[in-house]
Amino acid sequence: MGTFFQQIINGIAQGSAYALIALGYTMVYGVLRLINFAHSDVYMFGAFMGYYAAKNPWIRSTFGESLTAAAVVMLVAMALAGGLGILIERFAYRPGRSETRFTLAFWLGILGAGAGQLMHPGFLALTLGAIVGIAIGVIGEIAGLRPVKQESRLALLIIAIGVSLFLENGGQVAFGADPKFFPEIIHTAQWTVGSLKVDSQQVIVLVVSIILMVLLNLLVHYTRTGKAMRAVSYNLDAAKLMGINTDRIIALTFAVGSALAAAGGILVTLLYPKIEPLMGVMPGLKAFAAAVLGGIGNMTGAMLGGLILGIAEVMAVGYGQSTYRDAIAFIILVLILLVKPDGIMGKGPTEKV
Amino acid sequence: MKKAIFWVVALAVLALLQAGLEGTIGAYYYQIVIYVGINIILAVSLNLINGTTGQFSIGHAGFYAVGAYTSASLLYYGQSMLRGWLSFLPHAAQDVVLLLIGLSAAALAAGFAGLLVGIPSLRLRGDYLAIVTLGFGEIIRVLILNINAVGAARGFLGIPEFSNFFWVYLFALITVVVVYNLVNSSYGRAFISIRDDEIAAEAMGVDTTRFKVLSFVISSMFAGIAGGLFAHFTAFLSPNTFQFTTSFYLIIMIVVGGMGSIEGAILGAILITVILEVFREFGAFRFVNFAVLLVLIMLYRPQGIVGNWSVFKRRGAF
Repeated sequence: MGTFFQQIINGIAQGSAYALIALGYTMVYGVLRLINFAHSDVYMFGAFMGYYAAKNPWIRSTFGESLTAAAVVMLVAMALAGGLGILIERFAYRPGRSETRFTLAFWLGILGAGAGQLMHPGFLALTLGAIVGIAIGVIGEIAGLRPVKQESRLALLIIAIGVSLFLENGGQVAFGADPKFFPEIIHTAQWTVGSLKVDSQQVIVLVVSIILMVLLNLLVHYTRTGKAMRAVSYNLDAAKLMGINTDRIIALTFAVGSALAAAGGILVTLLYPKIEPLMGVMPGLKAFAAAVLGGIGNMTGAMLGGLILGIAEVMAVGYGQSTYRDAIAFIILVLILLVKPDGIMGKGPTEKV
Repeated sequence: MKKAIFWVVALAVLALLQAGLEGTIGAYYYQIVIYVGINIILAVSLNLINGTTGQFSIGHAGFYAVGAYTSASLLYYGQSMLRGWLSFLPHAAQDVVLLLIGLSAAALAAGFAGLLVGIPSLRLRGDYLAIVTLGFGEIIRVLILNINAVGAARGFLGIPEFSNFFWVYLFALITVVVVYNLVNSSYGRAFISIRDDEIAAEAMGVDTTRFKVLSFVISSMFAGIAGGLFAHFTAFLSPNTFQFTTSFYLIIMIVVGGMGSIEGAILGAILITVILEVFREFGAFRFVNFAVLLVLIMLYRPQGIVGNWSVFKRRGAF
């Protein structure tokens, strides 16, 4: 019985991290009906930003090893990941939806920077390459190369896969492919209650997750912006007609979702300190499964789904089935969807003829 | 008569190319040509579910894996026994029969897996179906990782090498012809009607579940054949080949080529395979550049390169 409760405790910690990532999936799905595959890599990006922030000598010397340091590291990572989320939305997803500018310049700038780096490693070549790329992009746009308005969601999905590939491999170039170990920013304390062991990391993970989820709930349900988000998620076109700046709301949704993923990333590194550019792939997939499990588009569902998958996975590993670890989430997903095809909390779309 | 001539010419051309190709272009390019062929089978078959029937499946790598491992393990463990039964044939002919047995087993096993996955999951729609197919693909991979007899995580070594250019492209041709004829039959019209409007299709008397499962099973069978051909070409299988990213690449092929058209799937398979090889030159930037290219293609030509265009429109079948 002791191990059972111990597994529950470990599972809740793991599950709340999944829940944080799942929230981003479900929010973006809510507003765009898009499976944002790049989300798992934003999570990775968040963890890396946290890593660099934690290594930053200024933050180290000012805050030392304390809760404040951890909070600062987390906020920095969340802000940067939020920014990345906005960038992704602006240059990858928005051009197919609304009139935008500089899309070609942005992507060619990246290509140019890469090409410059390839020909002559160094900052100068990189900048020069980027400038050439941007110039070509701007000229192309003036000449009339504009993104096409998208009719199908499939092209958008491929773009999401493309952005995900870009972040994973860009991460390997920028951060290095070898794993890194997150420095300890908080001292670990361990408490024993009867036969159960709880360590401070697990408590932090749980408490921070709860705080973030409560804040998110307040944002979505009790502010004007939140109301606009719900309106966009309910019906994008109608929301636009009601005078809501839908592009801004969608960008904000990406920012919030990405910040939550970054928080999830940092919290997971408290439990497992190893980080590498492909670290987002599996957790991202499982978090997406969690979002679907809970009923995609539904925020309470995403949290619930995350907890269920986290606990189930830790249980499976704890009871000796660790080789099946990566399959557990999907087996549960399949089983639940067979009984409830729209997820636990999901409302199926009404079929109209 | 026309059909017979078509196949005789096709067989002759394939045999001729088989005889001279590897010597002319070298082992590296030969291997790429083979991968292109295998990807054509995979993309064209996946297109039957995603493009023609309009069901969003991203678990094709799972069926590919089932086919690869079935054929590989059957011929690895059963080769000597089967050769015993076939001892009246010359050795080369035995190889051919063995390959065909392996591929049939691969097709059957993958088709059966498709049936197992399809029946329960095809009552799900859209993105729910997508994640469940992806999940099944991952479950299959994790199962393989846990079967020691096929090498588990170490990979499966020593698979007999039977497949070559001739067989890969023969089956690519068969896949294209079968899928083309299927799409242009009453079955195909039922598939398309499900894609265009499921409720209307049902109202017109199309048994939507049956046709969805059917297209799923047929598509899985071809994926299984592709798996068998792959296994007997590389002689080595690793579960990593069959990760969900493989399914993603297949989806990318059919979307970049142009959803719903066979030409699009073929073109996408060729293009993506070749681009990924050419981009090796970029070293660490290989996939970065590929990703940017992908995003740009989809932003500027979301309907894919050929879109709905088709060379075969309104002409007799092969």
